[in-house]
Amino acid sequence: MSKEIEVPELGFLALIRYAWRQLTSMRTALILLMLMGIAAIPGSLIPQRITNQIAVRELFTTNPDLAKWYDRFSLFDVYGSPWFSAIYILLFISLIGCVLPRSVEHYKAMRAQPPVTPKNLSRLEHHQEFAGGVESLDRAALWFKKNRFRVRIEGNSISAEKGFVRETGNLLFHLSLILILVGVSFGSLFGMRGEAIVNVGERFVNVATSYDSVSFGKLTGEKSLPTFEIKLDKFLGEYDPVTNAPKDYTAWVTITDNGSTYKKVIKVNKPLTFGSTRVYLQANGYSPVVTVRDAEGNVALQGPIPFLPQDGNLRSIGSIKVPDAQPQIGFVSSFVPTNARTSDQGAVSIFPELLDPKLLFSIWKGDLGLDSGSPQSVYRIDTSKLEKVGLGSVKPGETFTYPEGSITLETVVPWVNLQFVDDPGKSYALIGAILAILGLLSSLYGRRRRIWVRTTSAGVEVAGLAKNSAPGLDVEIENFVSAIKGEK
Amino acid sequence: MQTTWAYISNYCVYSAMTIFTISFIAHAFETAFAVRAPEAADSTEGNLLLKTLDYKRTEKSARIATAMMILGFILLLAGIVARGISNGHVPWGNMYEFSITGALAFTGAYLAALRKYDLRWLGLFVSLSVLLTLGTAITLLYRNSAPLVPALKSTWLVIHVLAAIISGGVFLLANVVAAAYLYLDRLESRGPRPVWLQRVPSLDVLDQLSYRLVAFVFPLWTFAVIAGAIWAESAWGRYWGWDPKETWAFITWVAYAAYLHARVTVGWRGRRAAWLCIFAGSTFLFNYVYVNVWGSGKHTYSGL
Repeated sequence: MSKEIEVPELGFLALIRYAWRQLTSMRTALILLMLMGIAAIPGSLIPQRITNQIAVRELFTTNPDLAKWYDRFSLFDVYGSPWFSAIYILLFISLIGCVLPRSVEHYKAMRAQPPVTPKNLSRLEHHQEFAGGVESLDRAALWFKKNRFRVRIEGNSISAEKGFVRETGNLLFHLSLILILVGVSFGSLFGMRGEAIVNVGERFVNVATSYDSVSFGKLTGEKSLPTFEIKLDKFLGEYDPVTNAPKDYTAWVTITDNGSTYKKVIKVNKPLTFGSTRVYLQANGYSPVVTVRDAEGNVALQGPIPFLPQDGNLRSIGSIKVPDAQPQIGFVSSFVPTNARTSDQGAVSIFPELLDPKLLFSIWKGDLGLDSGSPQSVYRIDTSKLEKVGLGSVKPGETFTYPEGSITLETVVPWVNLQFVDDPGKSYALIGAILAILGLLSSLYGRRRRIWVRTTSAGVEVAGLAKNSAPGLDVEIENFVSAIKGEK
Repeated sequence: MQTTWAYISNYCVYSAMTIFTISFIAHAFETAFAVRAPEAADSTEGNLLLKTLDYKRTEKSARIATAMMILGFILLLAGIVARGISNGHVPWGNMYEFSITGALAFTGAYLAALRKYDLRWLGLFVSLSVLLTLGTAITLLYRNSAPLVPALKSTWLVIHVLAAIISGGVFLLANVVAAAYLYLDRLESRGPRPVWLQRVPSLDVLDQLSYRLVAFVFPLWTFAVIAGAIWAESAWGRYWGWDPKETWAFITWVAYAAYLHARVTVGWRGRRAAWLCIFAGSTFLFNYVYVNVWGSGKHTYSGL
């Protein structure tokens, strides 16, 4: 073949090879590593959709222009953004390209014999000469064996090497980082995450429609949900009487799983486990149990209505929507577990427990817009097209009557927000993390070193070499020498 | 009973501050008075180099300085233990408690390193920064003893926070050494060191020391992050969620990983390495101060 034809082909291959070499070079890896650290910063300063959805929405209303630009650069989803992904994918490719060849090399080096004893030992560090004969070499061999050195015995000299654990640990560490990444991706592809509010006394059946919100990984779906039922028997929130801060949350549940029924307790740090699915106790609040009657006294609505807590003392807001009444009725309400009247703020709660509960509301009539098909919050009512018919408040057992009917507060039950998480990749990530630490320890504390010994007509010669100028070889050689001399 | 222990804790912390002040003064005295002025006879005009160091003259104050440092450490430890008894749980629930424990870890790291290296030149700085930390903690961050919020009720609190605080103490010590390196490096580029700094080890030793400290504690920091992830999995339903604290812990980890690679693989030494070390340490401090005080997220509890 003529050179003219070969050149472009070689050029292309050379270009790829050059690019690959650049990407897997230590300098590139280092730059990518620092870039990843810097790229993570905006996500901690700008609210993120995954951690603070509300703040993101707020920014869109308070500063829509800025929010629009943030959104264009994925600054609300930094950790799933194309540019962040690009950095870590390049980093991991670079890492793999660096670690795999080194692993092969290291494997070969571990199986190979230590290098031949250098001719001139006196040029090396820790060089010593002393009197001794052939028996010195036997003692040396014995010492090397006892201290697990790998040796090469050639005539009148021994070359010994130890400390491969350093590079082994180094490679193990980097390989386990890959395992962690695999675990993370596996979890996001095959995992699931959902939330559901359950009132005390209610039963949660694990099917997709029971969730208030649920999302599945790209490669899984509703069919993956394990079959179980959770009945919430009781919930107790304990609070510090001085600071009002929560001390403990406990939920007692009855579980039906594969035909067997048993009781369990869920706490904040003690989730339930069904295979790889775990159920967490995440939030709690109160549900006033109300009965709403129309003007004739027929029950139009009955049951617990979850209210959304607004502060540490669980002052909550909510809406009671009665689409079956004629006309439709809506209550824009707030609920306080321990009522205290202030002159300027209306009702406030002064303690998170149910010491003096009170439900306050304004009553509206008209079309609630529930049939329009557009989604609306269960906690709020759009009153722009409604007519206000009254204002009132009730304590448990009390009934408030207005021209279109009446509302009775029967009792108040707590609700809990259960979070359901299936992360099949987390055990890989955990194993990766444990191996990473082990690898890190042996790579940072491991010392690779060589020791040589040779008998000559003049006596015995010893020298050593520590890689990365790791300390401690001098002491080791002292021990070695006294072993050869037969002092130990 | 609870309040009694809280008072005991406060008295211990106040006394520790007094003791650290004495230590600081003793260190300052040693630094200043070890310099022997030239004898009138052999003094050539303005030649600073004729001044000599004579640590025998200040042996006593040096001993007092270190002894006070140890005593301060013990008192602070007692204060933290008493705080724990008054709380009914390990005293790592808010920033005041983190800060006094951090000061303890910092003093501990210094005293431990002192056994191996001649680090007494650093004592002046260590006692001063411990004093500043304790002062800030008492005046700005103090909160009454309180029970833990439910999410913190876990064995992982002890493991995760202890690992993080010790790592922090050692990281900051490495930072101080790196800063000393940069300062001396600048001084030396203009001429010989002033006499009172002659005791500080050579630049090479400082360079090695800050690296050793980081390499020693980096696995512990890795462990602290992983322990946090394991805890987060059982408390919040995910092991990693890019909460601001988690993000900055990650950034710190990446920064120190970059530092270790730069030193071991690329061979960075001296000025560049020191700057990288200081940058990495600053991300740790930033995480502690910014995320706790101004940040949002799941790591903010009970006010501060």
